[in-house]
Amino acid sequence: MNTTIMLFLVQDGITNGAIYALLGLALVLVFAVTRVILIPQGEFVTFGALTYATLSAGNMPGTAQLAVVMGVMAFGLDLFAGRRSLHPRLVGRAFAINILLPVAIYALTSWLAGKNTPIAVNIALSLLIVAAIGLFLYRLVFQPLAHTSVLVLLIASVGAHLALQGLGLVFFGAEGQRGPTISDAAFMVGPLRFTGQSIAVYAITIAFIVGLWLFFGLTLYGKALRATAVNRLGARLVGIRTTLSGQIAFLLASVIGALSGILIVPITTLYYDTGFLIGLKGFIAAIIGGLVSYPLTAVAALVVGTVEAFSSFYASNFKEVIVFTLILPVLVLRSLAAPAVEEEKD
Amino acid sequence: MTQRLLPISIFAALMAVIPLIPGMPPFWIVLLNNIGLAALVAMGLVLLTGVGGLTSFGQAAFCGFGAYTTAVLSTAYGVSPWLTLPLSLLVSGGAAVFLGLVTVRLSGHYLPLGTIAWGIGLYYLFSKLEFLGRNDGITGIPPLSIGTLKMLDAGTIYYAIWIAVLICALLSMNLLDSRTGRAIRALRRGHIAAEAFGVQTPRAKLLVFIYAAVLAGLSGWLYAHFQRAANPTPFGAHAGIEYLFIAVVGGAGYVWGAVLGAGIVVILKEILQSYLPLLFRGEGQLETIVFGIMLVLLLQLAPTGVWPWLMGRLPFKAARKRPDTSLTLPARERPAAAPGALLQIDNARKQFGGVIAVNDVSFDVQAREIVALIGPNGAGKSTTFNLITGVLTSTGGTISVHGRNIDNAPPQEVVKLGIARTFQHVKLVPDMSVLENVAIGAHLRGHSGAISSMLRLDRSDEAKLLAEAARQIERVGLIDQIDQPAGSLSLGQQRIVEIARALCVDPMLLLLDEPAAGLRHMEKQRLATLLRTLRDGGMSVLLVEHDMGFVMDLADRIVVLDFGTKIAEGTPDAIKRNPDVIKAYLGAAA
Repeated sequence: MNTTIMLFLVQDGITNGAIYALLGLALVLVFAVTRVILIPQGEFVTFGALTYATLSAGNMPGTAQLAVVMGVMAFGLDLFAGRRSLHPRLVGRAFAINILLPVAIYALTSWLAGKNTPIAVNIALSLLIVAAIGLFLYRLVFQPLAHTSVLVLLIASVGAHLALQGLGLVFFGAEGQRGPTISDAAFMVGPLRFTGQSIAVYAITIAFIVGLWLFFGLTLYGKALRATAVNRLGARLVGIRTTLSGQIAFLLASVIGALSGILIVPITTLYYDTGFLIGLKGFIAAIIGGLVSYPLTAVAALVVGTVEAFSSFYASNFKEVIVFTLILPVLVLRSLAAPAVEEEKD
Repeated sequence: MTQRLLPISIFAALMAVIPLIPGMPPFWIVLLNNIGLAALVAMGLVLLTGVGGLTSFGQAAFCGFGAYTTAVLSTAYGVSPWLTLPLSLLVSGGAAVFLGLVTVRLSGHYLPLGTIAWGIGLYYLFSKLEFLGRNDGITGIPPLSIGTLKMLDAGTIYYAIWIAVLICALLSMNLLDSRTGRAIRALRRGHIAAEAFGVQTPRAKLLVFIYAAVLAGLSGWLYAHFQRAANPTPFGAHAGIEYLFIAVVGGAGYVWGAVLGAGIVVILKEILQSYLPLLFRGEGQLETIVFGIMLVLLLQLAPTGVWPWLMGRLPFKAARKRPDTSLTLPARERPAAAPGALLQIDNARKQFGGVIAVNDVSFDVQAREIVALIGPNGAGKSTTFNLITGVLTSTGGTISVHGRNIDNAPPQEVVKLGIARTFQHVKLVPDMSVLENVAIGAHLRGHSGAISSMLRLDRSDEAKLLAEAARQIERVGLIDQIDQPAGSLSLGQQRIVEIARALCVDPMLLLLDEPAAGLRHMEKQRLATLLRTLRDGGMSVLLVEHDMGFVMDLADRIVVLDFGTKIAEGTPDAIKRNPDVIKAYLGAAA
C-alpha cells in the first residue's frame, strides 16, 4: 500500500470520525439522562447544516417557522398539563419559553435574512433555531412518555425522526446544499494538507468530549442528570427536577447535532435525508461505547470513520455495508461479555 | 365447530367473497393484497415484540431474503415457484439463526439498535450485489400457477396471500396458547423467573426470532410473485419501521391486531398519498410527516393499540373453559432411602467484589422438614437462595442434593432435581391469567415443542399441564381467581400464586422467599397449614421470613444469618434464647 494514500485515508477517516464522535457523544448524553435513543439526532444535523446554508444563501429557512409552531404546541401542552393550578407565574414562564423565545428567534432571523450577515451570525442563528426545536421536541414527544420503557421511547423516537425528515424535505427541497467554510486557511504537513475547517472539527470535538466528561464526572449538576437516568422517582425524591434534566439533555444534543452539521456542510453536500445515515454512524460508535462511556465512544467513532474511509477507497460499493456490519462483531463481543443482569422491564 | 374457530371461519368466508362482488374495483383488491402481505410480517412482530418483548426494526430485510431467493432461483435457474417456497423460508430462517445467535442474547435496547444497523447493512447489500440486479433489482419473475391457472392478476393471487395470512394467524394463535407460548410470553418479564422453571430462555428467544423471520420471508416470497419483480426499496430501513408501526397500531400483543393494524396503515397511507399533496400542494413524503406524528400520538394516547380497545367494546365475552382436573401428570420419582441430607450446604461463599454476602455458610435440610432462614436485612438470605437455585455462581464451597454436587448448575438443571422456588419480589407475568402463570411451573413436565403446538398435536399434553396447574391453584385456595390476570391480584395473593407455580414442579424441596409478606393474619394461618400439610406429605421447605411469630410457630429448625455468617442454628425454642441472635436483632444488651 502506498503510504501517502494511507495517510490521506487516515486523515479523511479521522475528520469524519470526529463528527461521528460528536454525534455519538450527544447520543450517549441523551440516553444517559432520558433513556431516549435519539434517532432524530440525524435531523438535528441536517437542520443545522441546511439552515446555515440557507441563511448563507440569503434566504429564510423554514426551520424558524417550525420552531414557532412547535413552541405554540408546547405552550398548549404546558397549559393543558398544568390546567388544575394555573398560577400567573407558571403561565408567564411557559409563555416566555414557548412563545416569546421562538418568536424572537423568528423575528431576528427574518430581519437578518438576506442582509449578507457574517458567518458567525449565521452560525449563531442556526444553532438557536435548532436548539429551540430540540427543546420543544422533548416537551412534545418525550416528556409525556418519560415514565415508559426504553422500547416505547425508541419507537417514539423513530416516529419523531420520520416526521422531522419529511419536514426537512418540505423546508429544504430534494436538492443538496453546501455552506461556506468557517475558515479558508490551509497549511501543509508533509504530503498532507490541513484546512482550517478540519482543524475546527478536531478542536470542537475535543472540547466537547473533555467538557462533557468533566461535566458528568465532576459537577454536582452532571451527577444529578445521571441520577435521573438511573431512577427517575429516586431522583425526584431527592429534589432533582427530572423534566429540566431532560430539557437540558435535548438542548445540548440539538446544539451538538446542529454544530456537527455546520462543520461538515462546507466539506460535503448535504441532502434533507443525509443526516439519518450520519447519525446512525454516530450510533454505531455510541453502541460500541456501550451507551455509557464518552472516551470509548470517541475512540470507536474514529475507528468507524477510518473504516469508512478505507472501505470507500477499496470497496466503495460496499462502504455502507461494511460500516453497518461493523456492529455485528461488537454485538458478539458484548453478548459474550454481557453479565446476566435481570432487567425489570415492561 | 369450536367456539375458537367460529369467528375465524366467518372472517375467512367474508374475505373469500370480496373479490367475487361484481363491480369491485381491482385497485381495492391490490390494496387488500398489500394488507395481507404487511399483516404476515406484522404477525411475526407481534410474537417477537408484543409478546416476547424483542423489538426488531429489521424485519423488512427478512422479506428481502424471501423475495430475492425466489427471484434469483426462478429467473436465473428456472426453478418452479413452489419449489422456491421452502428455500425462501429456509434462507430467511437461516439468516435469522445467524443474526439471532448474535443479537437475541443482548439485553434491552441493544437488540433494536442492532436490528436497525443490520437492517440498513442488508439493504445496501441487496442494492449493490451484481447477481441481485443492484438498484434495479430483478424483473420477469414467473407468476404462481396451479395446473393451468396462472396467478397473473391481483384477484387470483389474492387467495394465495389471504390463505397464507389465515393459516399463519391460526398457527401463531396455537403457538401462543401452549407450553412453548407461555415460555415466550414469560420472556418479556425478564429471564430469571422463566429459567427457574426450566425454560431455556436463549432458545425461546431464538425460536420466536426465527418464527418472525420465516413469516417475513413468506411475505417476501408472495410479494415477489405478486409484483413479479424485486428491488431493494421495499426492504429498507423505513419499511422495517413501518412494520413495527403496523404492529403497534393494531395492538402489539395480539395476532389479529397485526391484520387490523395492516389494514389501518395501508389504507391510511393510500389516502394520505392521494389527498395530502392536493391539500398542501407540496412535494412528496408529506405522508411520512403525518405518519411520524401519528406514531408518537398513538404511543402517548393509546399505547396498547386498536385491537384490544375494539375487543373491550364487544358486548359478549369469550367464556373460558375450566381445565379437566381428573387428568394427572406422572409424579416425580423419589429416592426410597435417600443417601444423606436432601440439601447439604458446605462452606458456601459468595463475594461481590470486596463484599462478602455469604461467608462460608453451612447447613442442611432433611427430608420432611421445614427449615427457616432468618436474619436482619442484608444478612445474605436471598443470596443464599440464589446460590442454591443457580441464579448466582458461588465463589466457594459446595452445595449438594442427595449427596450429588450441584455447584454452579444453571437454574434449569437445579429445578430438574426437584427444587422449586418463589421470589422475594414477585415475578409473575401480569397480563397472563393465574392459570397460565401457574402452568409455567409445570413447564418441564410437558414435552410438546413449538411445531406440535402450532399444529395442535399437543392437546393431551397441554390438558394435563393445565389440570395440574388448576389443582395446585385449588390447593392454595385461589380457585376463584383462576382466570383473572395475575397483575390484578393483591401482592399477598400474588405470592400465593408463586407458591402454586412452584408446587407445579412437583418439588421435593420448596424454597420460599418471604412468603408471608403482605398476607393478612388469616391468610398467614392458612399458609402455615398448607406448608405443614406439604411437609406431612413428604416435601421439605426452606423459607426466608421476617414474621417471627409465623416462623417460630412453623419451622422445625431455624438457621440464623447475620452479615453473611451463620451465627446460630437450632429449634425455635433454642433460637429464641440464643444470646447471639438477640444481639443481632436487638443490639447489645444495655
